[in-house]
Amino acid sequence: MISRRDFVIAAMAAGMLASGARGAFAQAARSGKMTQDDILRFDPVGTLTILHTTDLHAQLEPIYFREPSVNIGVGDARGLPPHLVDEAFLAYYKIAAGGPEAYSLTSLDFDALAGTYGRMGGADRIATLVKAIRAARGDGNVLLLDGGDGLQGSWSSLQTKGEDMVRVFGALGLDAMVGHWEFTYGAERVQEIVEKAPFAFLAQNIRSAEWQEPVFEARKMFERGGAKVAVIGQAFPRTPISNPRWMIPDWEFGLREEDLQKQVDDARAAGADVVVLLSHNGFDVDRKLAGRVKGIDVILTGHTHDALPAPVMVGSTLLIATGSHGKFISRLDLDVKDGKVAGFRYGLLPVFSDAIAPDPEMTALVREIRAPFAADLGRVVGRTGSLLYRRGNFNGTFDDMICQAMLTERDAEIALSPGFRWGGTLRPGDPITFEAIANATAITYPACYRNMMTGQQLKDVLEDVADNIFNADPYFQGGGDMVRVGGVGYAIAIDQPMGKRISDLTYLKTGQPLDPSKTYAVAGWASVNQGVEGPAIWELVERYVAATGTVDIAPMASVKVSGA
Amino acid sequence: MQLRSWTPSRRETMGLGLTALLAAALAPCLVMATEEAVAAELKKLYGDKPMADGKIKLDLPEIAENGLVVPLNVDVESPMTDGDYVKAVHVFADGNPLPQVVTYKFTPQSGKAAASVRMRLAQTQNVIAVAEMSNGTLYTAKAQVKVTIGGCGG
Repeated sequence: MISRRDFVIAAMAAGMLASGARGAFAQAARSGKMTQDDILRFDPVGTLTILHTTDLHAQLEPIYFREPSVNIGVGDARGLPPHLVDEAFLAYYKIAAGGPEAYSLTSLDFDALAGTYGRMGGADRIATLVKAIRAARGDGNVLLLDGGDGLQGSWSSLQTKGEDMVRVFGALGLDAMVGHWEFTYGAERVQEIVEKAPFAFLAQNIRSAEWQEPVFEARKMFERGGAKVAVIGQAFPRTPISNPRWMIPDWEFGLREEDLQKQVDDARAAGADVVVLLSHNGFDVDRKLAGRVKGIDVILTGHTHDALPAPVMVGSTLLIATGSHGKFISRLDLDVKDGKVAGFRYGLLPVFSDAIAPDPEMTALVREIRAPFAADLGRVVGRTGSLLYRRGNFNGTFDDMICQAMLTERDAEIALSPGFRWGGTLRPGDPITFEAIANATAITYPACYRNMMTGQQLKDVLEDVADNIFNADPYFQGGGDMVRVGGVGYAIAIDQPMGKRISDLTYLKTGQPLDPSKTYAVAGWASVNQGVEGPAIWELVERYVAATGTVDIAPMASVKVSGA
Repeated sequence: MQLRSWTPSRRETMGLGLTALLAAALAPCLVMATEEAVAAELKKLYGDKPMADGKIKLDLPEIAENGLVVPLNVDVESPMTDGDYVKAVHVFADGNPLPQVVTYKFTPQSGKAAASVRMRLAQTQNVIAVAEMSNGTLYTAKAQVKVTIGGCGG
């Protein structure tokens, strides 16, 4: 291994290491729209190909997904990918505005470009790409890995407890996956999936609480392309904090760096030519970890939904970021010589659903899976007059709609909605189907509570959650984006320590400051506590949208951000 | 071995999760320990004797999954011979109502100076370990543990 000075090579330089730029995006820049051939064009290197999907959130059909316009990096990650958005992202990666790359990777001019380039993802389009790459490279030379959050995030996955996606992954010929939201189906269901799935479920960082014994297989050795590839799984280390611990009461998570180092060393001792960490840590955590755990060749990152057109390098470790919701798959060719990685070529392949011929077998499987839920999925509840999206550090318009629904339907003064990163985007004029609502709300703990909270308690909640996102040390970060608020506005100073970030809490109805000692009626959902009572959030949102008819929501202006 | 803790209150089913909120809500009725309180305890034990960094490996989660039972492993690097061994290890938490968490006493027959315990942490705070060697020298190590209500799933 070369020395690990913690430097991050600029993306283009990383591309040059692989001797030459890749095809798809460059082609499209010349011809406008991409074709399937453009997307698949790739000058192969070596004999081993690793394919990566992550954070599919059980999206079987193509969707729109707007990338964030606010993604703030703190500490050492400030101003670095993946914390670049829009114009800064385009400038960093030398991408032209207005083309398919800008459409798929930024939020700029989203609605207009969505009209030109269409929806992205879809299990049958992904299947086409995977099959084509397997055919070109040879079956025994391709490893297909998923970075978790695959089995959750849609109505059919919730109703089947992830079985829909287990079947899809099986049909794709998945080799291994890791987990995060998967754990919200409960320990028993996860173990049932692990037992019968035709792929490995890997997690080096989960222990039984009582005996500290490993709960899952930590790593698996694959022989592909003439090389021994050790894949180590890393589940989302903060699962019991960000999601209900009571659903997995006997399991403890955590980063477990030392155990990971031992896994890497053991894999090398067992003859691994390549060591891959299939991770759901989140990008900034993986970037720090890459400088501390020695001997990992590739980290396939996940959790934070970042899509980067080139690897980030930390020392000689490649960090790959494949995006979310099936918008992209990653292809990484490795040239393995004398038991180590001698070269690579990387491509972030955009899954433009209009350009890719669906794989008929997968189309049939998806149709079969969705058929029992067709009436719910297709039910048109209302319409949107404005762009509805979620992803971003603070309130998206889809969240604002959910907050409005809670304020109205639960007669609350303040609404709190979790900062999930998943859920599709709706364009102005689109129907709001029940499926679209479920895509942003389908969880196993959906109860919408109504509680009394003082202004001070609300501030404490915001401070606590903010520190989980903006703590300068990524190892102290966890969970998703900032909790979404309805009925109140606030100012946040990103660069302040915990307890000093949140100020100017304002009760929007009166425009008056929130009184720390006064009690307010607060509605919220996705509480991690057991026994929370209230109607499921999707019922409230459906009622609200049906009563509203056409939803019109301007991006929120009542959260003031500074210090970024 | 001596274990100290404060009386548990029931986790409330409100808000987003809320172990920390509970602690914050209760804070006015409890006086939390401080760095000074830990220093005062140490002064009682060892006066103004200097303490060096090193020797102690303090294994704690960066973020507690459950503030009620935070796992701690402490391991002091030392021979355990009659002439050179670890006599005692004290663990303190500077944000709990009482700063003392646990004291372990060792003898050469202990074989190694290592122990594990689960402790309750009322809020985000530092955990401090102090090791007393048989020749009277002192070593210390400190780590912060974050106790949080959680981060909204992701």
